[in-house]
Amino acid sequence: MTKNIGIYICSGCQIGNSIDTNKLCDRMSGELNPVVMHSHKALCSPDGVNLIQKDIAEKNIDACLVAACGTGVKDDAFRFDNGVLTERVNIRELVAWSMDPLCEDTDMAADDYLRMGFAGLDSTSITTPFILDEISEEILVVGGGVSGLSAAIEGAEAGYRIHLIEKNERLGGWASKWKKQIPFDEPFEDLIDPVVTDLIKRVEENELITVYLKSGIEKIDGQPGEFVVKLNGSSIKVGSIVTAAGWRPYKPDSKDFYGLGVIPNVITSVELEEKVSAGKLPKVESVLFIQCAGSRDLEHLSYCSSICCGISLKQAKYYRDEHPDAIIYILYKDIRTIGFLEEFYKEVQDDPNIIFIKGEFETIQQTGDSVEVIVQDKLLGEQLTLNVEQVVLATGMVPNGTDDLKLGYRLGEGLPELKYEFPDSHFICFPYETRRTGIYAAGTVRAPMDIPSSMDDAGGAMLKAIQTIEASKRGEAVHPRSGDQSYPELYLERCTDCKRCTEECPFGTYDETSSGTPVVYPNRCRRCGICVGSCPERVISFADYSINIISEKIKAVNIPDEFDEKPRVLVFVCENDAMPALEMAAREKLSINPYVRVISVRCLGSINRVWISDALSHGFDGILQIGCKPGDNYQCHFIHGSELTEQRSEIMEETLSTMMLEPERIMTKFVEITDYKGIIDHIDEYMEEIELIGPNPFKDI
Amino acid sequence: MKPILVIGGGITGVTAAVELAETGKEVILIEKKSYLGGKVIQMHNYFPKLCPPACGMEINFRRIKNNSRITVMTHTELAAVSGKKGAFTVNLKTVSRYVNDLCTACGECVAICPVERPDSFNYNYGLTRAIYLPHPLAYPQRYEIDDNFCEGESCGKCVEICKYDAIDLNAKPLEKEIEVHSIIGATGWENYDASKISGLNYNKSLDIVTNVEFEILLSDKGPGEGKLVRPSDGKPPKSIAFVQCAGSRDENYLPYCSAVCCSASLKHALNIADMLPDTKVSIHYVDLRVTGRNEDFLRRVEETKNIELVKGKIARVDVDPESNVLYVEAENIAEGLKKKEAVDMVVLATGIVPTANIPGTIKNDDNFMLTNQQNGIYPAGCAKKPMDVSTSVKDGTAAALKAMGK
Repeated sequence: MTKNIGIYICSGCQIGNSIDTNKLCDRMSGELNPVVMHSHKALCSPDGVNLIQKDIAEKNIDACLVAACGTGVKDDAFRFDNGVLTERVNIRELVAWSMDPLCEDTDMAADDYLRMGFAGLDSTSITTPFILDEISEEILVVGGGVSGLSAAIEGAEAGYRIHLIEKNERLGGWASKWKKQIPFDEPFEDLIDPVVTDLIKRVEENELITVYLKSGIEKIDGQPGEFVVKLNGSSIKVGSIVTAAGWRPYKPDSKDFYGLGVIPNVITSVELEEKVSAGKLPKVESVLFIQCAGSRDLEHLSYCSSICCGISLKQAKYYRDEHPDAIIYILYKDIRTIGFLEEFYKEVQDDPNIIFIKGEFETIQQTGDSVEVIVQDKLLGEQLTLNVEQVVLATGMVPNGTDDLKLGYRLGEGLPELKYEFPDSHFICFPYETRRTGIYAAGTVRAPMDIPSSMDDAGGAMLKAIQTIEASKRGEAVHPRSGDQSYPELYLERCTDCKRCTEECPFGTYDETSSGTPVVYPNRCRRCGICVGSCPERVISFADYSINIISEKIKAVNIPDEFDEKPRVLVFVCENDAMPALEMAAREKLSINPYVRVISVRCLGSINRVWISDALSHGFDGILQIGCKPGDNYQCHFIHGSELTEQRSEIMEETLSTMMLEPERIMTKFVEITDYKGIIDHIDEYMEEIELIGPNPFKDI
Repeated sequence: MKPILVIGGGITGVTAAVELAETGKEVILIEKKSYLGGKVIQMHNYFPKLCPPACGMEINFRRIKNNSRITVMTHTELAAVSGKKGAFTVNLKTVSRYVNDLCTACGECVAICPVERPDSFNYNYGLTRAIYLPHPLAYPQRYEIDDNFCEGESCGKCVEICKYDAIDLNAKPLEKEIEVHSIIGATGWENYDASKISGLNYNKSLDIVTNVEFEILLSDKGPGEGKLVRPSDGKPPKSIAFVQCAGSRDENYLPYCSAVCCSASLKHALNIADMLPDTKVSIHYVDLRVTGRNEDFLRRVEETKNIELVKGKIARVDVDPESNVLYVEAENIAEGLKKKEAVDMVVLATGIVPTANIPGTIKNDDNFMLTNQQNGIYPAGCAKKPMDVSTSVKDGTAAALKAMGK
């Protein structure tokens, strides 16, 4: 469909000092032939916006090319009614503020950015959201422990119907086996009754919650808004899922673990809890708690289980309350009672019968009726021999994992794990980020945590589950491209069943037919475009982001014949961190080399080899890709987009070698959002390298 | 449903606001400063990934920009509240920044402004003009005027040069009464005032800094412009001592554990090792409190050259007025000694103090808001208890769900 394109150029914010925008209009109006083209002294001002709106009304402009500041600045001013496409071309930061004023190279850059914007706008379609015919607003909660119960209650109280499944025959999980729990807040003098009893009651009384006991999942298919959950015997449809599958106590494989299973008086903290709940706390005169029995130990659990310090303090109080003469030793590495729990620790510390020993365990053996434990006291710097009647091992927490979800996804039955079997991804800024859209982990299945934290975590996960349903009703993506209504559309006639898209999508958007053809579930998609980058056959596109759109932008650049004075380098910049860094460089008055042309991409992983070959055959001398850092401490907002770029470098080299070009014609660099100096250095260094290699031989063709 | 009011534009409040808006609710997000991002946006990087906070914040700002259901009001505080869940009446007070939303952040006004002020965003390291952008990635991207320094109409140069009618030196504060469904109190924290801690002599030397100030020294906004230097003489420090629990876990100051200071100092130690690998770092701690998977982070620190973790408190920091040398009196419990050591710099790992100021709410003895408030008011983040960024984000999200209920 042809568009009525209007081009609007701003000369405000000193753009006019660098670029003669009237001349720019003259040059481009003949070449691009838009319906209208205006230069204005402040496009974002009421007068400027009015100008555009008038053209929309009177001249039927349905696509606006706004050459001014970039996306993210003055967005409200340049957001027009539905049906009008807007493409922002950032001539403020990327040209006027960062290049020499009023010179040929700067004009050429401005011209090219207008050409690119025009070509992109011309090949972009209006997005129409993908909205399922029928959307389930019910939510599945997996696990009936503290987290699952809390999630169910909070979801139901927000008005959503909840299906709560629990594999055991009763609700409550581990917490229902504890006699007492640590208070949430001051005063900390006394232990409180377990909150789980009340949670169970509230679940059982809530009409919006259906409980399925002794139930397991056979399979989950579908996508947010329409997951089909097969339980033993029945099938339910839900819009989203919270998994609170919980934890289990650590059980070492080896026999040689603090005498456990060998010396009768060595028990774990969970076993002690069970005794206390059964009213069978044996009368003893001395007890030793060994902290970090398994945790913080590379041979067992590398992580800290977070809750064991608090648990042992609580259990020390059990003994002290029942047997006032008992002496309690607590052998620890660090007492980790974070926040207000410190005040509980202080309460326990004030008890003269509770003795804390900072040290390392050495040996344990049975001697007569008692247990002899030798420890290295780190504070006294000497070996201590303790003879006690009872030893309690504070063993840690192990997550139960999420494979019991039995997802019918091509990429696996559970949620992808980050480390140590905990499913998590962007755990600092976006802890509810999930790689399986609409499925959120809560509580101890995703990180070791105590009861109050599990209850809070359950609320957060439930909010996200509700949000997925609400977003699917609007046909919108959830984090990080929240609100994006585009989605992947496949032209399957050309598909060769190579499976790259199904394997490389970080979010499991694609399943496969038995012959390997991709089946797309748009509501699982997070719109990163990694599938666009993965497809060798140009099968996948978004209405506003496709191989064609970017190719047209690349081909719109005017490549000068002579290299010596005017090399051209294409820079693909990730919109998440690299683009803000580049714009910040311009705001901080750094120069951007005038021979580069920048194209913003959704993720480095979305870069398709076609763009590379298009750029090189069009005559670009080199291609620089700049994105977020890969690796363990990754900052890629789409988990492994940057890593894929590295993995795909072989394909890129192949592209270069078939074109008989040097491998240095493509380079990848990683920056952080604040590294605005670094991004300029990367560009400058690459330009020097390209100068050395010399011109792209395709220029002449 | 009436809009939900979120008080506080730090990581907790921003999270609560975007999560609510993306769930389809109308949100009013108020922030007393001129920019969103709160305390975290002033940080150099996050533990344990050592990544910049602006990275995640920028995504959140984009989520706000793309969502018409969020109304952001900066320079705004809650003056009064009445009513109950479903029908609260709140009075919002907005002081003027003297620059309106016609501002394009072009920066011409800065070039011409003759007055300088300490850069409060950078804990007063460096200066800005009286009209300034709080920081380069500030949201909203809009300048503001510090009326403690601006000479007003007698100068008026910025008004003259601004082509966008964006500056009004006579702008008056505004008051607005609105009805809201519920309130999330994400009012955040300040670091503990280190000058209150006896023996540590925080005010006696420029080289005794708090952990939040140290964030600036590590960044390119610090006096070394990206290189770590001593504030007093601009030279790279050869030894730095960290005083853990500076104020926290101490009945005389803050009885609670501030939850983040151990990890923050471990992060700082790694930052130093990266910038000045030969500089000796000692962290004097009572217990090292890093939980969960962050144990890996502690292990990474333990394996890093020139970082020493010393169990024991620092009783005193003294300054030799002649040489400006700092002496720390540290007990080394493992070695059973008390030693006085000269160091080039001291970083005080000060804790979290809540800044909750919502009329009519109930607080505990330490000034944190209690979880159980009047139905319809939900504290979140460090207003409720000390917590790290990840926990604050979770807490903000959890509060969002409570706030949207009937």
